Amino acid sequence: MSSNRVTNFLVPVFAVLLGMIAGSIVMLVSGYDPIAGYSALVYGAFGDSYYIGETIRQATPYILAGLAVAFAFRTGLFNIGVEGQLIVGWLAAVWVGVSFDLPKIIHLPLAILAAAAAGALWAFIPGFLKARFKVHEVIITIMMNYIALHVTNAVIRSVLSDKGFKSAKIHDSASLQSEFLQSITDYSTLHYGIIVALIGAVVMWFLLEKTTKGYELRAVGFNQHASQYAGMNVPSNIILAMVISGAFAGVAGAMEGLGTFGNISVKAGFTGVGFDGIAVALLGSNNAFGIILSAFLFGALKVGALEMPSSADVPTELVDIVIALIIFFVASSYLIRLLLSRFQKEGK
Amino acid sequence: MGVYEALQIIVPSAIFFAAPLIFTALGGVFSERSGVVNIGLEGLMVIGAFTSVVFNLTFADRFGELTPWLSLLVAMVVGAIFSLLHAVASITFRADQVVSGVAINFLAIGLSLFLVKKMYGKGQTDQIQVGFDKMDIPVLSHIPVIGPLFFANGYIPSYIAIALAFIVWYILFKTPFGLRLRAVGEHPMAADTMGINVTKMRYIAVMISGALGGIGGGVYATIISRDFSHATISGHGFMALAAMIFGKWHPLGAMGAALFFGVAQSLSIVGQAIPFLKNVPTVYLLIAPYVLTILALAGFIGRADAPKALGTPYVKGKR
Repeated sequence: MSSNRVTNFLVPVFAVLLGMIAGSIVMLVSGYDPIAGYSALVYGAFGDSYYIGETIRQATPYILAGLAVAFAFRTGLFNIGVEGQLIVGWLAAVWVGVSFDLPKIIHLPLAILAAAAAGALWAFIPGFLKARFKVHEVIITIMMNYIALHVTNAVIRSVLSDKGFKSAKIHDSASLQSEFLQSITDYSTLHYGIIVALIGAVVMWFLLEKTTKGYELRAVGFNQHASQYAGMNVPSNIILAMVISGAFAGVAGAMEGLGTFGNISVKAGFTGVGFDGIAVALLGSNNAFGIILSAFLFGALKVGALEMPSSADVPTELVDIVIALIIFFVASSYLIRLLLSRFQKEGK
Repeated sequence: MGVYEALQIIVPSAIFFAAPLIFTALGGVFSERSGVVNIGLEGLMVIGAFTSVVFNLTFADRFGELTPWLSLLVAMVVGAIFSLLHAVASITFRADQVVSGVAINFLAIGLSLFLVKKMYGKGQTDQIQVGFDKMDIPVLSHIPVIGPLFFANGYIPSYIAIALAFIVWYILFKTPFGLRLRAVGEHPMAADTMGINVTKMRYIAVMISGALGGIGGGVYATIISRDFSHATISGHGFMALAAMIFGKWHPLGAMGAALFFGVAQSLSIVGQAIPFLKNVPTVYLLIAPYVLTILALAGFIGRADAPKALGTPYVKGKR
């Protein structure tokens, strides 16, 4: 049905519009100028080449985190643990980056693979418990986030530093940083990670849409009983789906560790990237191409927000409110669909 | 140091840390027993902590000693109103309840920090000046051995939290209202057939969870942190959620689990003073509640079944 397709496209667009409108209402009610606020936001995200570089850099982990959440969604799982898998991936990437001395052609891929493996391992636990004991993955992944946070902090304090608060810098041979990309964007922190992220999107699309295994994973997510009847191994597919999702999340952590920061420091709280990945995936309709678009939108919102306090006096948290409301409206898509169908009927 | 001295450090501080978790976990019991997943407990605690601190700072001069009580009341009302968002999205608009809960958490922290910056021009509030006083419970604190452990030198809200767990147990399992609430969470269609208004019951349950979550956050902010910033509530809502699951969706179980998590939290702070625990790295104590919840869910600590209709929106007439 073509009208259904149009609706699927319109739901995220409407959600963003409603979120932005609600954000301007919040600004109006609390005595700020929404026009000044939003123009500062747009300038801060795209105003000149430096800001564009920062926006792309912020979108990089968002793409991968979004892919992680979406991969799980498409296979019938809800991975709230992306945040934790991202943190352990970050740790593993930095660990490899600091402790080995290898040529770049080996070192960099090894660090990224280590991150993927760490994320996959962290996601294996909820996947295994779901497959073996039918425990709901949502709660387990939330608990795994906190375990990741505390364990990572302990490792940084005791292994990667001498009771300090951050690890040493990674070796250049493991770094994603790029003089070239920095110089064309007025010395922003843009790095080669964006290429990794785009490859990730292609991998997810190919895996899910073009391979037999991907079909199987989606089938198990769609109807476990039918898949089992068709001779698929349901538990192993659940575990595999979770592990692949975790690997994407781990690579998202590697982007932070090898690209943006070049080290890892003790965290008082979560990075938020993994949670924003939920928003990215939902808004991108869990589709690889949609996720790239929505990751850029959220990257622009987050980076643009930094400009809001200085030029429009609006606190950066406004953007967090807008993002929360966008999630709300996407989740309540029933409401938007209802409105759209009323609208279409009246149009006839 | 003897065992009794060690207990004298651990037990009161465990009760102290457990109180906010008990309130919030009891709220979670209401919501989930009615069939609505509430991942948003964290956000509800944030809202409660924020409103109670702001109220306390603004009205301390006018209300004096009464301020902390009033601030908890305000946190309760605002928490209930805020939880309406979750109720509308997940009950009326049939949103995925987990997603809606995630949105609640985001919105709470974004909105409260936005308002803190707007009102105080910086990322965190000042310390509150008027809090609760420590007190002994008159008769009970004179009981030998256990009196000084459990009933002396505590805060009134902690005692209220424990009493509330018994009240919630009575409401859920001994009153018609509780029966209806549980029926809606187990088999909404059967409940609907018997003339129970499923939507109304779920709205009430979610709002109660908002009210209790608000109090939980308020108690945490007034007694433990005494100010509000982005790090005030960091995972306590999820710990309350864990306590609720660990306690098998039962009010007394949830209270017990919250007290246990209180012990874990207090050990990670007072552990240094106790010789036996000095050599245990704090990370084990920090992750204990989460690891235990995973073990509980995996069935290693007795099987628990969630309410059957948990997480599914009820659509009238749909089988």
